[in-house]
Amino acid sequence: MKSGKVFKYGDNVNTDVIIPARYLNDAGEENLRAHAMEDIDPSFRSRVREGDFVVGGFNFGSGSSREHAPLALKASGVRAVIAKSFARIFFRNAVNIGLYIIESAQMADEIAENDTLTLENGVLTDLTTGKAYPLPPMDEYVGRILEKGGLMEAVKE
Amino acid sequence: MGMTATQKIFARHAGRERVTAGALLTAEVDLILGNDITSPVAISEMKKAGDRVKYPEKVVLVLDHFVPAKDIRSAEQCKTVRDFAAEQGIRHFYDVGKAGVEHALLPELGLVRPGMLIIGADSHTCTYGALGCVSTGVGSTDMAAAMLTGRLWFRVPEGIKIVLEGSLRPYVTGKDVILTLIGMLGVDGATYRSLEFFGETDSLSAEDRLTIANMAVECGAKNAFFPVDDIARSYLSSRGAEFSEEDVFLPDEDAAYERTLTLDLSEVMPTVAFPHLPSNVKVFGRDVPDGIKIDQVVIGSCTNGRLSDMRAAASVMKGRKVADGVRCIVIPATMEVYRNCLDEGLISVFLDSGAVVSTPTCGPCLGGYMGILAHGERAVSTTNRNFVGRMGDVTSEVYLASPYVAAESAIRGVLACPEV
Repeated sequence: MKSGKVFKYGDNVNTDVIIPARYLNDAGEENLRAHAMEDIDPSFRSRVREGDFVVGGFNFGSGSSREHAPLALKASGVRAVIAKSFARIFFRNAVNIGLYIIESAQMADEIAENDTLTLENGVLTDLTTGKAYPLPPMDEYVGRILEKGGLMEAVKE
Repeated sequence: MGMTATQKIFARHAGRERVTAGALLTAEVDLILGNDITSPVAISEMKKAGDRVKYPEKVVLVLDHFVPAKDIRSAEQCKTVRDFAAEQGIRHFYDVGKAGVEHALLPELGLVRPGMLIIGADSHTCTYGALGCVSTGVGSTDMAAAMLTGRLWFRVPEGIKIVLEGSLRPYVTGKDVILTLIGMLGVDGATYRSLEFFGETDSLSAEDRLTIANMAVECGAKNAFFPVDDIARSYLSSRGAEFSEEDVFLPDEDAAYERTLTLDLSEVMPTVAFPHLPSNVKVFGRDVPDGIKIDQVVIGSCTNGRLSDMRAAASVMKGRKVADGVRCIVIPATMEVYRNCLDEGLISVFLDSGAVVSTPTCGPCLGGYMGILAHGERAVSTTNRNFVGRMGDVTSEVYLASPYVAAESAIRGVLACPEV
């Protein structure tokens, strides 16, 4: 079973700290991965592994419309972002690029830094606490975009 | 229940009689905006699914964030956009010499008209709602899909009604109004909502309204909306923006607003957002402490880089000197603003006071270039965000304020407000 570790942050994790504007002169995956979360957690890029999870509080992804922010998380191997609430442009961008996002205050409260999670068949399980969370229902339209792997894949059809 | 003005504009663009808050729909968009940071990503996304922009006349590409190009990588991004505009026959392409900060430029060019549905791959696209349209920030993939199909998916927003009363005091501006509102609502108090402004709007100039709508996103809002009144009509007509009465939308009388806030403009005082959130507001004469020493002042941006902002700053700085130890950077938002500053003698006022004047760019607002802060430095800025590290080092601090406050602070070397 594929599992990942949790990187946990507070409220208002904004797109400036997810990928600072000084790196927006290059939208390449390598550049985005190299500087992901740099202004909130300088050690993120050396610790994050494929399949890990990011957990935040309220208003995750606030600020700039830069798609580079969810792209930086996706390029870092982040499987899903779980937060109490998302800023709307970050929400759109994540859906559009096929980055899984889960809005749940309960999960964001209960899941702790460094916990080990799995995400399978619509259930998120915290192996550290043994607690299982069925995923909240998703709007059909948004679900379809995520299922296709992103908006451009959906548009192609 | 009836519809808000925003909901009516969505209904029209989705080809429906009516829509309800929360519904997801696809709608035809009238303008699709991108800049030198977001367009390159949109261009490569678009090319994954198709070759041609469906309606080149609806696409507006503005090079404004890192121009004139600050380094080789930025130059490459600009070139990508420039080549794409030529290849796709995009007429509304604005390069160095014609360009300006996008949200100051589009209304100035008369491209923004009432009743439109405008999307932009930039969060401050919400600015244009000052002129009776719906405009909202989206991402690069959204921009790509809209360029390819002319349509985009939206969630119909609930509305928050802001009823304005009274009129503004001297040295109080649209910036103080929106900072006050963000303080009331919080940085996510309007997430997914429309902010619709009604009541006594007469004391708010079109430029004040553009500033107010610009920062709607800082409380999470999807868009802002001001009805089209005589002030808006006169501004639109001066910019050559033509429209018909069918493009002028008002909410239904029984429109369902989620909540209503009343704001007495005569009670709004000069306001500053302290680090590190736009909602962390303090008011002069009440809780702004004395003696906060500053290192830099920035006057410009899509929030406050218009002519009225330049005039406000110059009125404070005329015949006075920028304090020793303070760098004051003035950035007229567009070439037209720059030209008008020159013609009106404002550039001389800035230079005589010891400020520098830059060509139009977003530059320091997002910590790009043209005024980056060192470890522990403080700036007073007329821009829109004061997040950790926004303008430079993660230990630096940004205080958001009006051009009056920024200019007075530059002169005094501490956070300060002109005395009435």
